[in-house]
Amino acid sequence: MLEQKPEKIVAFPQMGNYDVPAKYLLSNILNIKIIDIPKITNKTIELGVRYSPEFVCTPFKYTIGTLIEALDMGANVLVQAGGGCRYGYYSELQEQILKDLGYDFIFINLMSKGKKSLKKIINELKIIDSNFNIIKSLYYLTITIKMVKYMDRVDDYIRENIGFEVEENSFIRLNEEMLNSFKTVKTNVGLYLKYKYYFKKIKKIKVKKPLNHLKIGLIGELYTLMEPFSNYELERELASYRMSIKRYTNVYYLLFQKKRKSKKYVRYANEYIKYKMGADAADNIGRTKYLCKHNYDGIIHIKSTFCTPEIGAMPIINKICQEYKTPLLFFSFDSNTSEVGIKTRIEAFYDMIEGKSK
Amino acid sequence: MKEYYLGIDIGSISTKGVIIDNDNNIITSLYIWTEGNPVSAVKNLIKELKHKMPKEGVIKGIGTTGSARKLIGLMLGANVVKNEITAHAVGTLAYYPDVRTILEIGGQDSKMIIIDNGVVVDYSMNTLCAAGTGSFLTSQSKRLGIPIENFGEMALKSKNPVKIAARCTVFAESDLIHKAQIGYSKEDIIAGLCKSIVLNYLNNVGKGKRIVGPIVFQGGVSKNKGVLKYFEEILKSSVIVDENSHLMGAIGIAILSRKNRTDQKYSLDMNNIDFKTIGSECSLCSNNCEVLKIYKNNELIDTWGNRCPKGSK
Repeated sequence: MLEQKPEKIVAFPQMGNYDVPAKYLLSNILNIKIIDIPKITNKTIELGVRYSPEFVCTPFKYTIGTLIEALDMGANVLVQAGGGCRYGYYSELQEQILKDLGYDFIFINLMSKGKKSLKKIINELKIIDSNFNIIKSLYYLTITIKMVKYMDRVDDYIRENIGFEVEENSFIRLNEEMLNSFKTVKTNVGLYLKYKYYFKKIKKIKVKKPLNHLKIGLIGELYTLMEPFSNYELERELASYRMSIKRYTNVYYLLFQKKRKSKKYVRYANEYIKYKMGADAADNIGRTKYLCKHNYDGIIHIKSTFCTPEIGAMPIINKICQEYKTPLLFFSFDSNTSEVGIKTRIEAFYDMIEGKSK
Repeated sequence: MKEYYLGIDIGSISTKGVIIDNDNNIITSLYIWTEGNPVSAVKNLIKELKHKMPKEGVIKGIGTTGSARKLIGLMLGANVVKNEITAHAVGTLAYYPDVRTILEIGGQDSKMIIIDNGVVVDYSMNTLCAAGTGSFLTSQSKRLGIPIENFGEMALKSKNPVKIAARCTVFAESDLIHKAQIGYSKEDIIAGLCKSIVLNYLNNVGKGKRIVGPIVFQGGVSKNKGVLKYFEEILKSSVIVDENSHLMGAIGIAILSRKNRTDQKYSLDMNNIDFKTIGSECSLCSNNCEVLKIYKNNELIDTWGNRCPKGSK
């Protein structure tokens, strides 16, 4: 007698709008169901804090919170990645914690001992879907990569201009429309046309941008930078002061540019660092020097409270900013940070750079 | 009619109010305890200030600052609502135009403001935790049974301040209890406490900052002579404490309200204003925002804390 296998339902952690390309890729290469992962809310972080080690960095808490929410919604296949810091241990630890909680699931770790391994990923994908086809997957992978590239490019433009929009929410509305249209494309050309169409529209949105507007550089730890909930919507708050925002970290950078640019950053800031310091620390030091040299009005550095690489970078960033006399603001976000305190500091920072620029 | 401006600084522990004229002269001022209720504290404050203000004056501007600035600003219809850092810098610069460093320790916040040529060029604030601030001193004064006003005098008497962990109030408190139990005198313990406030401040708020004179020290804790003494000792420099050091934020915000004045006149009559806030948890999605609804004379005038428009009804 054939035993009916349960349907595979996949879930992965949330970060910004990147659920769109992630879901696009998985749904096109695997014959499975993907859960509509809920956006991060207070419930997510409450769950995360309850089941995480207390002194782990905050992204661990956010991502495990999302995974628990997804498991409760019926997911039975979880996907998690890793990176060059404590992020490299997330998968193993989260899998163990969730198993100890009594959940039954397959865990796909995109990393193997801290390194990307294509072979391992393919093997794991074959376990989920025995009909997994490499050629078809590579095809959709190229579209997904382009999608991320276009998303990030549009995002960069929006970040620089959203503070000056004449009609409120006009950028966000069009961006959402664009992401929605991406979900159904089937070819590279189709994607490109959608991107062209919407980027043109977005560029036409009316902005009132004075010539001497204030420019802010936003650097720091990657998850806190890219997930608006975890940084208390810092970018939106900054934009409300009519400032243009420059942020380098995005998924496209991390996947395809970091390897090359990290080395460049170390060389560029060689009077401050000699070696890479793990995760994005060296990149941020290089960016600090660049932003200072290019007359940015201020730099804001954000991280989750226990992010070790960035803790190492902070004194150096402070030193560079003092040498160039560029105002600098540090934020460390954890699960219990009061929003009022953050707003006070941003308002004061704005007053300061505005007063200085006169 | 003389034109006056009211500045109110509503802190976690105390509420400060000043009335100034067009030349930044202080007409009258008041310092009262907030006692956890900013709305009623401000009502009392204004009632007294109105009494003390010359009859021929008219209020042409109101500014609010401090942690309850937004709420009170809304209640009074203030023309300026600004953060404490800007307010303190403006207030201090009015009296000490060549100041370079402002040290400020208040009830729950402490900050350092660096000024160059009369412009704020750098600032820092304690990292969202009340360690090393006035509220810690107040709670310890209650525990030791010594009024906070006498703390400074007692600290000065000590020749041998005890060492107390300066990083975190929880550790500091266990150090304090321990030192008291093994028999150190209260003077030495209080002196150690004052010193730990200074060390905590310099390690935490002053990290990586270059402190140059003239240095001005303000906020409620600046009235504590013990803390002042250890600041001067550790910074190896003289530190100025103005007689109005506890009012600087209120003065600064009054000046800002003068600079932003319009033709509007303000009434200080608080009797006919019924001001109410109701906090609740929105249950329309799993974010469960803590929503605060603000009613003026039973009419909903604003909603705070909601991340989406759903919670504002």
